[in-house]
Amino acid sequence: MSSVLGPALTIAAKDISIELRTRTAFLSALVFAILVLAILFFARDPTAVSANDVAPGALWVTFTFAAMIGLNRAFLLEKENAAIDALILTGVPKTAIFIGKALGNLAFVFMVELVSLPLFVLFYNLDILAQLPSLILVIVMATVAFVSVGTLLSSMVVRTRFAELMLPLLLLPFLVPPIVSAVQATSRILAGRPLSEVSGWLNLLGGFDIAFVTLSILLFEATLAE
Amino acid sequence: MSDSRGMARAGQVLTVLGLAAMTAVFIRALAFTPMESTQGLAQKIFYIHAPAAITALMAFSITGISSIFYLWLKDERIDLFAASSAEVGVILSVIMLTTGPIWGKPIWGTWWSWDARLTSTLFIFLLFIGYLVLRGALEDPVVRAQYSSVLGILGMLLVPFIHLTVYMFRTLHPDPIVMKPSAPGMPLVMLITFLMGIGAYMLLYLGFVIQRYALSVAQEARLEEAADAT
Repeated sequence: MSSVLGPALTIAAKDISIELRTRTAFLSALVFAILVLAILFFARDPTAVSANDVAPGALWVTFTFAAMIGLNRAFLLEKENAAIDALILTGVPKTAIFIGKALGNLAFVFMVELVSLPLFVLFYNLDILAQLPSLILVIVMATVAFVSVGTLLSSMVVRTRFAELMLPLLLLPFLVPPIVSAVQATSRILAGRPLSEVSGWLNLLGGFDIAFVTLSILLFEATLAE
Repeated sequence: MSDSRGMARAGQVLTVLGLAAMTAVFIRALAFTPMESTQGLAQKIFYIHAPAAITALMAFSITGISSIFYLWLKDERIDLFAASSAEVGVILSVIMLTTGPIWGKPIWGTWWSWDARLTSTLFIFLLFIGYLVLRGALEDPVVRAQYSSVLGILGMLLVPFIHLTVYMFRTLHPDPIVMKPSAPGMPLVMLITFLMGIGAYMLLYLGFVIQRYALSVAQEARLEEAADAT
């Protein structure tokens, strides 16, 4: 196992340190997230729909779009100077490359979420302190779902023309189950309902995570073999 | 080259047979199948819509299964076949997604309802459009085959998840407008028309896929010739 996990962590650390040095993608994703949160606040009739009603949807649309920016970037880095070929030539297991890239993406998306969640609370005037642990659980589960399929698809789309356009087209159908589950769970959690009431949605998210993380790891090798 | 010519010819024959069978279904559905008592004329579209839906989903399943076989056997022909099936599936989905609302408006009172079946077929349709776009954006045939197989397999796993998601969404928020009649047992006359519809679509599916496959084979042969010449 360590033959996979060690290199994976090294690859993830490499991606994170590249990101920490340039911060281009992180800052773009963050500013983008703030813009979307703000625009969605105004995308309603304030006399008919309260901000609380649109808050869960706004949160997840924001997270989805921001994640997409990070995912688009992930394999673009490796495409420059054919770095991915060098990565394959190092002889590390291909699974390790996938897990490493996925962990790097996960860290990126978590960072964006970590900063935009307080802003979301501020903008929508919510009191979530009591519900924070349940909310974090939902965010982690849904983010794992985004990132697993997203990493796999982004490794493929970098080889195409119009890569930035192609990722949302291919990825969004796969985000339907996680986004719907996350929005449903979030809206009940924010309303102060017990976690047991959303167990169905959490089961669905968990099932999706298990199925797609496994399948993504299995299929990744097929996207590299030349 | 002559091989794909012969195949294309066989495909054309099947397509003509399929079109003839389709005409027979139209005539039988309109003139020789009794009117459904509650839905009236609107129900006639069922003989076109349901077989199109069944054949479209079959086409996509065949693409998914062929994708698994491609990754296992790495035979270019399986990939070309999977792509042909996906393309025909997309066309059949367009028939399904246009005839559905035409029936839905008079019967459900709405063109579109976010019911589990409708929603999942819509997303499968969009997913396979993505599949075809992805193929169009890749030039290397091996890479194209690998990537589209990966997408085909992922897509097959996605379908039950989308279905379950929308099903759960619906059961929590039932829509009072949509009163789906519980499926009544179909009288034999109608069942025969329906089965004829499926038969006609199957013939069309085979005809289209074989022609499309023959075209891909001829195309690849041409591209190889061109590559050798340069």
